[in-house]
Amino acid sequence: MSLPVGVGRSAGALRRLRLGDRAYRRALQALGLVVLGIFAAVGVSLFVQAWPALVHSGPGFVTGTTWDPNKAIYGVLPFIVGTLLTSAIALVLAIPIGIGAAIFLSEYAPRRIAAPLGVLVELLAAVPSVVYGLWGLLVLAPIFVSTVEPPLTQLPFARGPALGVGLLLAGVILAVMILPTITAVTRDLMSSVPAATREAVYGLGGTRWQVVRRAVLPSVRVGIIGGVVLALGRALGETMAVTFVIGNSNQIPRSLLAPTQTLASLIANEFTEATEPFHASALLSAAVVLLVIALLVNTLARLLVWSVSREMRETG
Amino acid sequence: MSQLPMIAVRPNEMATLAAETQPEPQPAMQVRGLGVRFGSKLVLSDVDMSFPTGRITALIGPSGCGKTTFLRSLNRMHDTTPGAVVIGTVLLGDTDIYSSDIEATQVRARIGMVFQRANPFPTLSIYDNVVSGLRFNGIRKRAILDEAAEGALRAAALWDSVEHKLRTSAMRLSGGEQQRLCIARALAIEPDVLLMDEPTSALDPIATMRIEALLRKLCERVSIIIVTHNMQQAARVSDYCGFLMVDDARVGHLIETGPTVSIFSKPRDSRTEDYVTGRIG
Amino acid sequence: MSVIPLALPDRRALIREASVASRRRRTVAGLVAASLCVVALLVALVPIVWIIVYTISQGIAAWSVDFFTKLPHPAGIPGGGIANALVGSLIIDGLAALMALPVGILAALFLAEFSGRLAGTVRFVMDVAAGLPAITIGLFAYAVIVVPQHHFSAFSASVALGVLMLPIVIRAGEGALRTVPNDLWEAGLALGVRRARVARSIVIPTAIPGLVTASLLAISRAVGEAAPLLFTAIGSQVFSTSVGGAMASLPLVVYQNGIQAYPDLQQNAWGTALTLLVLVVVLNVSARLLARRMRRHAR
Repeated sequence: MSLPVGVGRSAGALRRLRLGDRAYRRALQALGLVVLGIFAAVGVSLFVQAWPALVHSGPGFVTGTTWDPNKAIYGVLPFIVGTLLTSAIALVLAIPIGIGAAIFLSEYAPRRIAAPLGVLVELLAAVPSVVYGLWGLLVLAPIFVSTVEPPLTQLPFARGPALGVGLLLAGVILAVMILPTITAVTRDLMSSVPAATREAVYGLGGTRWQVVRRAVLPSVRVGIIGGVVLALGRALGETMAVTFVIGNSNQIPRSLLAPTQTLASLIANEFTEATEPFHASALLSAAVVLLVIALLVNTLARLLVWSVSREMRETG
Repeated sequence: MSQLPMIAVRPNEMATLAAETQPEPQPAMQVRGLGVRFGSKLVLSDVDMSFPTGRITALIGPSGCGKTTFLRSLNRMHDTTPGAVVIGTVLLGDTDIYSSDIEATQVRARIGMVFQRANPFPTLSIYDNVVSGLRFNGIRKRAILDEAAEGALRAAALWDSVEHKLRTSAMRLSGGEQQRLCIARALAIEPDVLLMDEPTSALDPIATMRIEALLRKLCERVSIIIVTHNMQQAARVSDYCGFLMVDDARVGHLIETGPTVSIFSKPRDSRTEDYVTGRIG
Repeated sequence: MSVIPLALPDRRALIREASVASRRRRTVAGLVAASLCVVALLVALVPIVWIIVYTISQGIAAWSVDFFTKLPHPAGIPGGGIANALVGSLIIDGLAALMALPVGILAALFLAEFSGRLAGTVRFVMDVAAGLPAITIGLFAYAVIVVPQHHFSAFSASVALGVLMLPIVIRAGEGALRTVPNDLWEAGLALGVRRARVARSIVIPTAIPGLVTASLLAISRAVGEAAPLLFTAIGSQVFSTSVGGAMASLPLVVYQNGIQAYPDLQQNAWGTALTLLVLVVVLNVSARLLARRMRRHAR
């Protein structure tokens, strides 16, 4: 495909021009592949290191409830349970608060205070997780021991000594950490609902709350779920804050107040001391399990959020 | 496909007859000294106008002259815009809708609105869309909802096409049908006045024709105030017209108002004449 | 129940009545809902305010000239500081940025300029990778660098942090590059200039504020992460600037000191936490201010 000679430049120069562009594109494409390769390498390298322990334990790795490095028995079920339960508690607490705060900021607050308040909530996301952990261990745990947990021990699912650290505290800290994600995603989605949809409700004599409940929230329902799943992904992988307050017990937790362990905190706690046969490899297998779970959850979240934003763009 | 009407300015003859043989009823709405300001920017100033009951009044004028701003002040839609200030009096019957003891939601249940782009609720079915206004206003009885839905859909000339698929999603309808659905939705709560903001500007000529045809019949139920940038539409459809224009300071004013026939055949103001003859636009 | 069609005026009256009757209920419901939302916001604000205030009050007590210039003392011996961790964080994070920023910005350029399956895949993978657990990335660096080399190193920590930063730089960077108006890209191309030159001389300079914002956000995330450092740099009690060996770092100090039972170590942890908090807030606020100024200029 060539242009007629004499269109401003010589044909030779034009060909050089196209080569330059092609090389540029190839170079950038190669870079894209490299980036993909890096992340593929993350998965592959972990899997390769984890392989010996996976072979050694078989499917019992995921279903076994005993984690005993001394006897080379590795079952991560307690940690899967710990991971899921702490995240579940976090979601139960963070969803109503996060969505409620987002509704207030997006629909009720005057613009002048919505902006700084929004920034304050988003600042929660910037605080390093070690700071959360420190605060949780040194500030919240004593309060939990003295004030929060004793009344809870009456409940059937919260029996046991009030240690402060454990499932409940870890769940609460995670809730605080994922709150900004839920609020930010919900707020963004709500502000992208076209004015026409809101005005339809106003035009029929609806109150502001009816606008929110009947027009705005239904149209962003899917996206909010995406945001929640995204927050779940963060909660599942959170290491440092949880490690401070989880209580480090390798048993399946039987009570809200029980100390437990998540996949991430297990690795953080035991890796530097992993000298027994297969121990390090088993911890890497735990990492692989965690990675797989996080990948699935995050992919689901992105698919949900993307589908909503695409829909908004098409109909808006 | 039948021939579309010629694009000639043909005054609404039915309206002429009606205006000449029947006594003037009390106006459905009246505006006195109406002005609208967004922050410090004045957008519309000093408008006095009457909207006769049971008639169609069109607001015409070049784009940006404040027609839509005017329309939206008639049902207190500007209340939802922060920084918007409405001055003057807007009467529905005898009541000033901006008086402090009247809530905007009350006003909007009596003065309905149809928007430029059809905006049915995307997650609801056709039936749920039509009765949504009734539900918002606290009516739950199935019998009443069913009856009102049928009545509204018939009035919007949509009943025959959707009767068998009331539970399907409203988004499956074509653009013109969705707009008629929105008209039905607005009619279902039996407003006294229906405000229409360029309701056919986003539609094809056939859909436009269909909607224009049903406007005439709707006059029996509601008084209609329609904003249109298409003056041939105004000539075809309306009984009365109000012509607006911006001055040099970009502030909208009402230049002239009167029966459509007069506005188009013997306008009093030269600016009106320039507009309706197409010299400006 | 048989449907007796109501005459128009009757139905109208019915609807008016219902509207009036329900108005109070609807208003009250709206007020209750709004109040609950306000409560939710206040509850959401409690933690951030509490953490900031508490960290400041405890951390300030630890701050002193010694704190920033001395090396850590053994447990039980008061005094000591985090000089090695300050330098260590600087080196580790600086090296990570040096590795991640150029790669990330160029990859962002790729995404902004070209579309197609590869670009779409990269974008999707970056979106997902942004949420991956930091500890798994630390283990990756452990597996590919620490294990073959048979020793811990600050370099491996930098690699881990670099991988962590990459998705953030790429996503935010692509956003920044896309704000460059299409006319600018096309004006350059229409003049016969090569794409690479257009990118280098026109597009990237125009997007610099956005790219700096993206970089600041990525760095602020890396600065606070301890998990990737646990098995790579592992921390240290001595001063070191050698990237081939273990190195101290601020987040590790918070972790390693915070879980100890000694009050003076805990106080050190608070002082370090405050230092981290200040760093992170400064980086974040700078990023925001830059973004806002950029938006104002664009108008």
